[in-house]
Amino acid sequence: MKRRAIFWVPLAVAASILLGVFAAPLFWAQVRPIESALIGQPVPDFDLPPGLAGRPGLSSLSLRRGEPHVVNIFASWCLPCRVEAPQLEALKRRGIPIDGIAVRDRPEDLARFLAAYGDPFRTIGADTDRRVQIELGSAGVPETFVIDGRGIIRHQHIGAITPGDMATIVAAYEAAR
Amino acid sequence: MRRGRLSGTKLLGIVAAGVMFAAAPAYADSLLPPAEYANRQLPDPAQEAQAKALMETVRCLVCKGQAIADSDAEMAGDMRSLIRSRIAAGESPEEIRAWLISRYGDWVTYDPRFSWATAPLWLAPVLLVLLGLWLARGRFKRRRG
Repeated sequence: MKRRAIFWVPLAVAASILLGVFAAPLFWAQVRPIESALIGQPVPDFDLPPGLAGRPGLSSLSLRRGEPHVVNIFASWCLPCRVEAPQLEALKRRGIPIDGIAVRDRPEDLARFLAAYGDPFRTIGADTDRRVQIELGSAGVPETFVIDGRGIIRHQHIGAITPGDMATIVAAYEAAR
Repeated sequence: MRRGRLSGTKLLGIVAAGVMFAAAPAYADSLLPPAEYANRQLPDPAQEAQAKALMETVRCLVCKGQAIADSDAEMAGDMRSLIRSRIAAGESPEEIRAWLISRYGDWVTYDPRFSWATAPLWLAPVLLVLLGLWLARGRFKRRRG
């Protein structure tokens, strides 16, 4: 009887290895967001022209001038960006300026989006060919980076900022001072 | 009975919807046309071959489980265009791969570098063959004796 039980042990071990080591990560890979490898690293060089007439664009130089920055990667065609708009407004009301990077956008669509969902942006850089988004290691819209005064990326938030995420974003901004 | 079955179907629907939302990455396409070299080959066939080989081993970020060479996602097109223009500008495919890894981590490449994390991929087969030989050796010995 005991020997019979021992006979099944290798099969059980093999099955748990198959499921635990190979199958489970395959499933996790589907739902796990892809984080930027640049957290803790200096922000790469870029210089984006304004996405909207009368609004400054965004360059990496302005991110190294002593104060921390919240950089929001968004787009007028992005639905979750509408969901996080009130939270960006709330950050602005708390005195945290938002610098925007508009991905693959047109000025007329941007203007319509900002008129409809609010405009918390101090600057808006136009990342028309998505080069800067890829340069930052960002894999989608919306994403939000907190960058400290020396231009080091300190925090990345993937997806829309919900009311529940506010404390984390504010804390990351305060810590980046 | 009927009520129970209905709620069962509903539950299944909710679970299915949950799985779909969890599995389907939320990406949408912009209103702008595809990037310049997203779907256009480089004029130099040798450079295009280099770019193609690299694109077949770079993971699509929004579709997952697919190389950017095979993906219709807009972001994959932008990455193809970026790779083709960098190759046209004289960068080597391995330089571009290293640059992508520095942005997205090892995850982005289907041709992983040798590191402590990837060592089992290369060493496990060798170790298993050695283990097999060692086990077989025991059997041969017994037969001889």
